[in-house]
Amino acid sequence: MKKTGGQILLESLRLEGVDTIFGFPGGAVIDIYDALVGIPIRHILVRHEQAAVHAADGYARSSGKVGVCLVTSGPGATNTVTGIATAYMDSIPVVVFTGQVPTELIGNDAFQEADIIGITRPCTKHSYLVKDVKELAKTVKEAFYIAGTGRPGPVLVDLPKDVLADSTDFKYPENIEIKTYHPTYRGHRGQIKKAIKEILKAKQPIIYAGGGVISSDASHELTAFARALSIPVTTTLMGLGCFPGVDELSLGMLGMHGTYRANMAVTNCDTLIAVGARFDDRVTGKIDEFAPHAKTIHIDIDPTSISKNIRVDIPIVGDARDVLKKLNNLIKDEKVDWRGLHGEWLDQIAEWKSTYPLAYKQEDIIKPQYVVEKIYEITKGDVIISTEVGQNQMWTAQYYQFTQPRTFLTSGGLGTMGYGFPAAIGAQIAFPNKTVIDIAGDGSIQMNIQELATVAQYNLPVKIAILNNNFLGMVRQWQELFYKKVYSSTMLQMSPDFIKLAEAYGAVGLRATKPEEVIPTIEKALSIPRAVIMEFVVEQEEDVYPMVPAGAPLSEMLLV
Amino acid sequence: MRHTLSALLVNQPGVLAKVTTLFSGRGFNIESLSVAETLDPSISRMTIVTRGNSQVIEQVTKQLNKLVDVIKVVDLFDTDYVDREMILIKVTTEASSRAEILRIADIFRGKIVDVTPKSYTIEVTGDEGKIRAIITLLKPLGIKEVVRTGRVAISRGGKGICL
Repeated sequence: MKKTGGQILLESLRLEGVDTIFGFPGGAVIDIYDALVGIPIRHILVRHEQAAVHAADGYARSSGKVGVCLVTSGPGATNTVTGIATAYMDSIPVVVFTGQVPTELIGNDAFQEADIIGITRPCTKHSYLVKDVKELAKTVKEAFYIAGTGRPGPVLVDLPKDVLADSTDFKYPENIEIKTYHPTYRGHRGQIKKAIKEILKAKQPIIYAGGGVISSDASHELTAFARALSIPVTTTLMGLGCFPGVDELSLGMLGMHGTYRANMAVTNCDTLIAVGARFDDRVTGKIDEFAPHAKTIHIDIDPTSISKNIRVDIPIVGDARDVLKKLNNLIKDEKVDWRGLHGEWLDQIAEWKSTYPLAYKQEDIIKPQYVVEKIYEITKGDVIISTEVGQNQMWTAQYYQFTQPRTFLTSGGLGTMGYGFPAAIGAQIAFPNKTVIDIAGDGSIQMNIQELATVAQYNLPVKIAILNNNFLGMVRQWQELFYKKVYSSTMLQMSPDFIKLAEAYGAVGLRATKPEEVIPTIEKALSIPRAVIMEFVVEQEEDVYPMVPAGAPLSEMLLV
Repeated sequence: MRHTLSALLVNQPGVLAKVTTLFSGRGFNIESLSVAETLDPSISRMTIVTRGNSQVIEQVTKQLNKLVDVIKVVDLFDTDYVDREMILIKVTTEASSRAEILRIADIFRGKIVDVTPKSYTIEVTGDEGKIRAIITLLKPLGIKEVVRTGRVAISRGGKGICL
């Protein structure tokens, strides 16, 4: 029996195991929306296409599945660009379906036409323009395969309207073979043996773990490896949760706003074991003085990440989980008293930890760090946290102890304000019974605030904690420290009444203005089975510390 | 250092754009680029001349390999290879210079592919040094226009780049 392009697309998605699409309809994709009626796939109608991609991204990060997004041509497509670039920078598997004008009109500056393939070329892992309905099923299959395998990333599929209306026999391919695409999963044994030799010699080793550990589901293997060998672990922003933050071997996050002990440990280590991380400039600081005494072992599935920013001594291309498994197996046979071997080093790290722990002073006005800390204590880490970008993000990274992978959703690479709320929606859809909290600033929450309507429409009990300091805080902090306190355009002189705003959208608004109100506010919010905005009126000019000024070595931290 | 990269790509629309977007987005440089279909019409072959230190060239090669439509990339730098470029040179002529121009074309084993009372168009094939040399010699005689194909290259010996 023949099916239309719209039907073929949805049938393919169903066979791909897709249960949710985040989208927004429009002229070019009406055929798909028409075919959607009665299909057992849930469509979440967002209020802005950017939010559709972020929600699909949050769904993907929290569940490990591929997120799916559907939008129309032209402005619908261009609105997804920030979401796609966000997913690309953080290697998140998302498939974005965009409508396109009919094939015979492509290139004619037709109504709602945009060359979305061209626009997104630098920020997609791959993209397709489907020109024939006969190619559609195979293209969907390939798109999901490419998005979810190797180093994951967003794939865009552009669907001209006539292709969606056209019909053909439907057969979904069972297997797939793309002759030009073969990611390397298995780590080279010889390289792994070399790495072990180096690890055996190390007196002051550390593990530097990134988002790749989470995307390859290697947290268990990494934790086993670190504990068996008594090697301390620092993680990147993207890696938070891949190793229990409360473990005695945890150094916390490293980099620009990393902990003192993590940055000192990197600077003084003799062996650096990088797993699924890419030596981003926010992590390394001044590149010449990053881990200057260390032999570097780098495990990554993407060869382009290796020796891109920093010279690597032992590269191992492969899936983090596969390589760590092999390392764990091979190292079992070594009769070494690891604890004794690294004892002095661990003592040194403990000393760094006690000299300069993360600290703030809670006085008369609520400190944002205090709010994050209390959210952690009350939820005991058993929730999904998303953040926006800026100070709210860094305080969350510092003061919330993540113990599980896929419980922290944040835009690390692109640094997209407005990411956290729609990402929380995606996570809430993936985990209806879990508590999902977006920790936000008063600036970034307003970048996708329209999604309160989405939350209301689907009764999603997402919680938003706004740390309201009346500033675009991180930029203000830079202005304070490096631009002579010229607070140019960073004071938000007008924000809405967030409590009334919540109510206008059918959510609940709670405000805390004194420190003693913080705990009751969080507890109350968590007890309400609906969407809640908690507004914490916090210290206006609180800074995030430690801070490594851009371009300085990691050891040169501003501490208070 | 200058490197000549040879790449096999899926021959379909948009692939060239992917390659050039990659170069411009990452700040890699392209000195010349030539591309055409291979014996298998579904595959095209690209020769790229680029410049950079070894770390940059390593990145260029890896990034190219990462593109889903790229089948294989080989850096010819450390191998023995033959490279050629073709140039078409239009020279304005005067009665006094015509014989001289023909002599120069002959020395370079060039062919006259078009002739008018006031011009010759000369086709020359060779490596870069040879192309540079003929341009130097013809310049004082009045070059009107040149078109170059960019470098194409192939490794010496019986082995080729295979899939």
